[in-house]
Amino acid sequence: MTDDRVKLAHGAGGPAMRALIRGVLLEGETHAETLAMDDGAAVPFGDRWLVFSSDAHVVQPIFFPGGDIGRLSVSGVVNDLAMMGACDILGLASNVVLEEGFSLDSLRTIQSSVRATCTEAGTRILTGDTKVMRRGEVDGIVLSTAGVGITDRVVRNAGLRPGDAIVVTGTVGDHGLAVLSARNNLGLRGDLRSDVAPLNGLVRAALAVASDAVHAMKDPTRGGVTGALVEMAEKAGVTVVLEEASIPVSHAARAAAEVLGIDPLLVANEGKALLAVARDRVEVVLDALHAHPLGHQAACIGRVVENTGSGAVLLETGFGTRRLLERDSDPLPRIC
Amino acid sequence: MTPLGFQFRDVERGRALQARLERAVARAGRPVTVMHVCGSHEQAIARFGLRARFPGQLRVQMGPGCPVCVTDAPEIDACIALARCGVRILTYGDMLGVPGRAQSLDDARAEGARVDVIYAATQAAEIARETDEPVVFFATGFETTAVATAAILLGAPPANLFVLSAHKWVPAAMEVVASTSGGRIEGYLAAGHAATITGWGLFEPFAARHRKPVVVAGFEPLDILSGLALLVEHVVAEEARVVNAFSRCVTRDGNARALEALFRVFDTSGGEWRGIAYVPAGNLTLRPDFAHHDARVRFATELASAAPVVERAHVAECLCAAIMTGQALPTDCPHFGAACRPDAPVGACMVSTEGVCRIWFEHGVGGARATEGGGA
Repeated sequence: MTDDRVKLAHGAGGPAMRALIRGVLLEGETHAETLAMDDGAAVPFGDRWLVFSSDAHVVQPIFFPGGDIGRLSVSGVVNDLAMMGACDILGLASNVVLEEGFSLDSLRTIQSSVRATCTEAGTRILTGDTKVMRRGEVDGIVLSTAGVGITDRVVRNAGLRPGDAIVVTGTVGDHGLAVLSARNNLGLRGDLRSDVAPLNGLVRAALAVASDAVHAMKDPTRGGVTGALVEMAEKAGVTVVLEEASIPVSHAARAAAEVLGIDPLLVANEGKALLAVARDRVEVVLDALHAHPLGHQAACIGRVVENTGSGAVLLETGFGTRRLLERDSDPLPRIC
Repeated sequence: MTPLGFQFRDVERGRALQARLERAVARAGRPVTVMHVCGSHEQAIARFGLRARFPGQLRVQMGPGCPVCVTDAPEIDACIALARCGVRILTYGDMLGVPGRAQSLDDARAEGARVDVIYAATQAAEIARETDEPVVFFATGFETTAVATAAILLGAPPANLFVLSAHKWVPAAMEVVASTSGGRIEGYLAAGHAATITGWGLFEPFAARHRKPVVVAGFEPLDILSGLALLVEHVVAEEARVVNAFSRCVTRDGNARALEALFRVFDTSGGEWRGIAYVPAGNLTLRPDFAHHDARVRFATELASAAPVVERAHVAECLCAAIMTGQALPTDCPHFGAACRPDAPVGACMVSTEGVCRIWFEHGVGGARATEGGGA
């Protein structure tokens, strides 16, 4: 094994990526806010909190069913901010790295998607930077977007408490499976579409009815629901039990997942959030989510059962058995 | 929303089949050992937590059922050697992380080799058509994927497409396992999808020769429970028959067109299966008619002059071989979950989603730990 070079697994959201971040990028780091490795960073700002985050996006193909890299880049950073409670986004910065020869028509389409998504999220690109690389030095386009939001109360992804209900704001697995299918021309028919969307409006609706009852939030992007929940459970030192039968998965995503041999819980979502909610307030939160166009399939999928100190996620299968979930790198379709 | 295939995951029917399985094992009045020969079976057993529900007296061993795991290290080394010569390689995603004796294709790619993942054999031909340079398809897997490779070679492929075949023929390995287990394995759960190609009739001489029952089973939890119940019932009754428990997909004669295509393109030859043994007639090699698409012919010089491979540390202690022949469990291996993880595999069983070690790792040690230890 060659350990002295970066491999694709280092960017896949699994253990290799954590090892790279902890062992190289954060080596010697002592600042608690950095070491928290939350979706963004929160710094005191008067009597409120300034939350900022950034997200670099590369995706193949750049246009996929349900979205494109422009919508992804805005949603990615807006969602990171929203997950920390900062639903009012002050503004975004967009860095565009282009490959020589990239189609200007494609760029215009991406840019109009960026603007439309900003409008949806109630924010704007306020500044940015543009670079062009020689042909072959970058694959088409890289969008790196940063954003700043403000909030009275910061929500941490480590805040789960025993007794909390785990809520997901809609169907899981759609983005990862749609992009995988489009990238490889798998020829899967059906309505398999990415869920990419800015979630600050949806999260604002939930926080408006039960702000103090939402103890933790995280968007299950790379690594999927399993990756996000294992991270949350480990940070909080609690055990989470999920009920497989109550996890919403669209017919199209379930069919694609079965055919490819991929667990929908392990693939990326770009328009969903996981919330840990005090059990006595979960109905109120679900009602608020259901009333929002992006949350009508929100469901309670599990519960935080105990404070174990180590953190684990168990899945009660639809078959009446129980197994431990492990996070993993990007899943690959099986051979046969 | 009703999940697809839910009728094969019905909890009540599952309980009934579990009870039937328990009765069959109780009737034996002794420990019963059977083997499944398919990574997808192990995956379903782990995914649905079935292992923890098997009767205590039933041992379900894992056979050589993962196509990625049984690809021999020198076969991977040959592919890496071509990649390092600058040849463009196409292969299935699971193959990337599999360690050869020194490196994986992933390692070679990080060092600059051109290795791309494809999802279907047809993509190999499409990609080759887009270029003039030679393209090598590192073709792995059992009869299920070998048929797809055969189809592209029979479908007027571009002249610059070369196949490096590491395809394997499962029935040959079952033969080896049956002859070397000393009768310890009392019955076999055969893979449903492979049988859609071969037909269940193929196992009749096997059952007769070894005097053991074979049950062809599908991959939903009810398929597996009913397959095991039937298998143990036949073991107890000492009926060395073949039973088709996957009749919604498998016929007696299989897919005649696919088989015909398979053997027009491939011939069986003896070869090593990683960790298992030398398997007579276990490898599928290209027939001379297809020599002009055979990477071993086209790149014979490059393969012969490849630098010798130095085996890296850990590999010698890897228990994959014992695990794949049902003599050890992943948890018996000192590297399992420690030095050997899905993102840094030591042995082949940790790579593929059909590899036993990876399945056990991802599903919390075979689906048993969570159930046994979780009081929550």
